[in-house]
Amino acid sequence: MRIKLTAEPGSARNNKTGSWRVERRPQFLQKNCSACRMCILVCPEGIVSGKEKNSFKTDYLYCKGCGLCAAVCPKKDIEMVPEETESKK
Amino acid sequence: MPEHLLSPGHTACAGCAQSLAARLVLDAAGPNTIIVNNTGCLEVFSTAYPDTAWEVPFIHSLFENAAAVASGVEAALRQNGKLSETRVISQAGDGGTADIGLQALSGMWERGHDILSICYDNEAYMNTGIQRSGLTPTYTSTSTSPASKSSTGNPRPKKNVVEIAVAHGIPYVATASAGFPLDLQKKVKKAMAIRGPKFLHVHVPCPLGWRHEPDQTYQIARLAVETGLFPMIEFENGKISGRYLIAKLKPVEDYLKPQGRFRHLFKPGAEAALKEIQEIANRNIERYGLVKTAT
Repeated sequence: MRIKLTAEPGSARNNKTGSWRVERRPQFLQKNCSACRMCILVCPEGIVSGKEKNSFKTDYLYCKGCGLCAAVCPKKDIEMVPEETESKK
Repeated sequence: MPEHLLSPGHTACAGCAQSLAARLVLDAAGPNTIIVNNTGCLEVFSTAYPDTAWEVPFIHSLFENAAAVASGVEAALRQNGKLSETRVISQAGDGGTADIGLQALSGMWERGHDILSICYDNEAYMNTGIQRSGLTPTYTSTSTSPASKSSTGNPRPKKNVVEIAVAHGIPYVATASAGFPLDLQKKVKKAMAIRGPKFLHVHVPCPLGWRHEPDQTYQIARLAVETGLFPMIEFENGKISGRYLIAKLKPVEDYLKPQGRFRHLFKPGAEAALKEIQEIANRNIERYGLVKTAT
């Protein structure tokens, strides 16, 4: 049997870990954001993006809902909301 | 080029500090990096067959030999005159660094290879079911050192792997923490600018094994430093050259209490064990000068 020993760079993206989220997801309120980038730095998935104030967002396709971004936000501008809540953004 | 060099879709637990530290390290090291990884959580969650989360070349061979494989990679780059542009990182967890992989790692340091070795220390063999390692702290409850009526958990002290590295006479040794992301990236950049063997010991909380909430990862990593239990220090050419001075020293209970692995220390009869852990922190503070003394 022959198997391939190498993999394409970053191919783990095939694995949509967003389905792991069961209870809560982060909601980026985009109201008091000071663009300190802490949410980008601590996201274990590396999926928070944004540059300007109040422009930050996450990628729900991969977000596991750990809540670290909300926990570190100094402006409390990220809120963990129940999974079934309607998203505004 | 993607924004981060460790892609999403890896299978680390929610709130895993090792995955966030590994991304910070690689983003700081840059795309011209070859990673050699010991067996461990990091290798397993980032390379679930047939995919990989790495955007750079990544090799995994065995639990114990990343340092030996990395030595070979570095020697090949050196032979082909490519070591000036391509750098090598050899990384492992606490078991792969301080227990199983120590012999190969010691050889790599002693031979003077131009490699940055990194230990992501989550203080037990988390991937296989939270068995204690040489870097598990005193009185931690793990699956092989369970707390019970007749035991307060792991009876042995945490191995001082940082000073083992310093004793090799290598040019740069430092500790860092997932709770201090910019400091971690600064130390990686500093290490990459130095030629020769470097060692970086990164403290990474594990919500699964430490039994805390996933969103507490960052706070717990900071508390380990602010209580003196995980000293953030730097050694250059054998001498201590940098330390994180604790502005407001906290009692070890602040760090221990949120973690399930230390729950048994807050039951009646465990006061002596708690006191001993405070003494470990006090000794760290004294040994490395972690608190600014009044002058």
